Amino acid sequence: MAMNPRRKKRLTWALGLIAGVAVAFSIILYALSQNIDLFYTPSEVVEGKGNDLVKPQVGQRLRIGGMVVEGSVKRDPDTLEVEFMVTDIGPEVKVLYTGILPDLFREGQGIVAQGVMVEPRVLKATEVLAKHDEEYMPPELAEQMKGIKHVNPNQPDAFEGSQ
Amino acid sequence: MWRWLHPYAKPETVYHLLGRWLPWVAGTATLMLAAGMVWGLAFAPADYQQGDSYRIIFVHVPTAMLSMSLYVGLALSALIGRVWQLKMADWALSAIAPVGLTFTFISLVTGAIWGKPMWGTWWEWDARLTSQLILLFLYIGVLALYHAFSDNRSGAKAAGILAMVGVINIPIIRYSVEWWNTLHQGSTLTVFERPPMANSMLVPLLVSILGFSLLAASLIFQRMRNEILRQELRRPWVKQELAELATQQPAMKEQS
Repeated sequence: MAMNPRRKKRLTWALGLIAGVAVAFSIILYALSQNIDLFYTPSEVVEGKGNDLVKPQVGQRLRIGGMVVEGSVKRDPDTLEVEFMVTDIGPEVKVLYTGILPDLFREGQGIVAQGVMVEPRVLKATEVLAKHDEEYMPPELAEQMKGIKHVNPNQPDAFEGSQ
Repeated sequence: MWRWLHPYAKPETVYHLLGRWLPWVAGTATLMLAAGMVWGLAFAPADYQQGDSYRIIFVHVPTAMLSMSLYVGLALSALIGRVWQLKMADWALSAIAPVGLTFTFISLVTGAIWGKPMWGTWWEWDARLTSQLILLFLYIGVLALYHAFSDNRSGAKAAGILAMVGVINIPIIRYSVEWWNTLHQGSTLTVFERPPMANSMLVPLLVSILGFSLLAASLIFQRMRNEILRQELRRPWVKQELAELATQQPAMKEQS
């Protein structure tokens, strides 16, 4: 099917424009990729991030994202102070926080904590957010498949096990 | 192919064709939306982690998916409008843009309402949320450019170029959760893998997605018909059409 040369020219021009802008954006996003990441993983905090293995400095403000280590949550019975360890595949980083944790917070859960590094492996958090995964299932099925006991996030005593 | 398509390039034919489809599409949309909403919000089981809060997924996911697929439709009609210079493609651009804008807005608002109880924040500048906000601004930009010129064709040309270039944002939104660390979780629905979602939740979600898609289609069909009438106002067939409508309406009033 022969295409009218003027249409062909316009099509080339339009696709060229899209391709050009796409290339420009890929380069920008590639250059910024470390800044687009919302958080450091605990491994990146300990071993360094990216090709240059840049380690965060003490006093630096950042976010850490990882899993709350089972059995690591310690609460002060009199205040809202809490501390716990987060991990991804190896090293653990300690998070200190004073305040109310989100309903989904529990051991084994993914979290994102924002704050200031007070020691090379300790973050004093000003905000703790909970992550959840892309799996959805009723509680009975979760118990059957993963051995997870149903905890109703609306009940205040739902997290007794983690205290 | 062109000979077969040719009659459909006439605004009058498209107007009547969309008018014939509209009641069926809108009727099915109402049924599917009602079924999806009642099923999802009242009968689907609660989630093991998120309890009842996850139910906003039955609005959030369909609107977010459509905000992206409607943008692809917008960019395609812009490409056809620029390359083949079909004025109806330009009209389709203006018919799709406000619908896509509304769906993007709903997806952002429902996302924030979902984020507050689950994540603990209304908003976070992570890659998925930010790129979806950029999509909202792209829709606003396309609409603003389209209406910024007193000459309709110049407006369509400027808006079309922005719409085509903006399509780059679509794969960025789609893959943002895989390329970067984000607060937003990965995609539940993918083309090739079985979704990690129980069937009792997945089926009402798919019904809602179908319902919202048909709702978008019926809104776009009606907008397209309005745009055709507005652009062709001086043509004899429109005058005849309007005269027929005027004689029909008093008759309908007498009946009721």
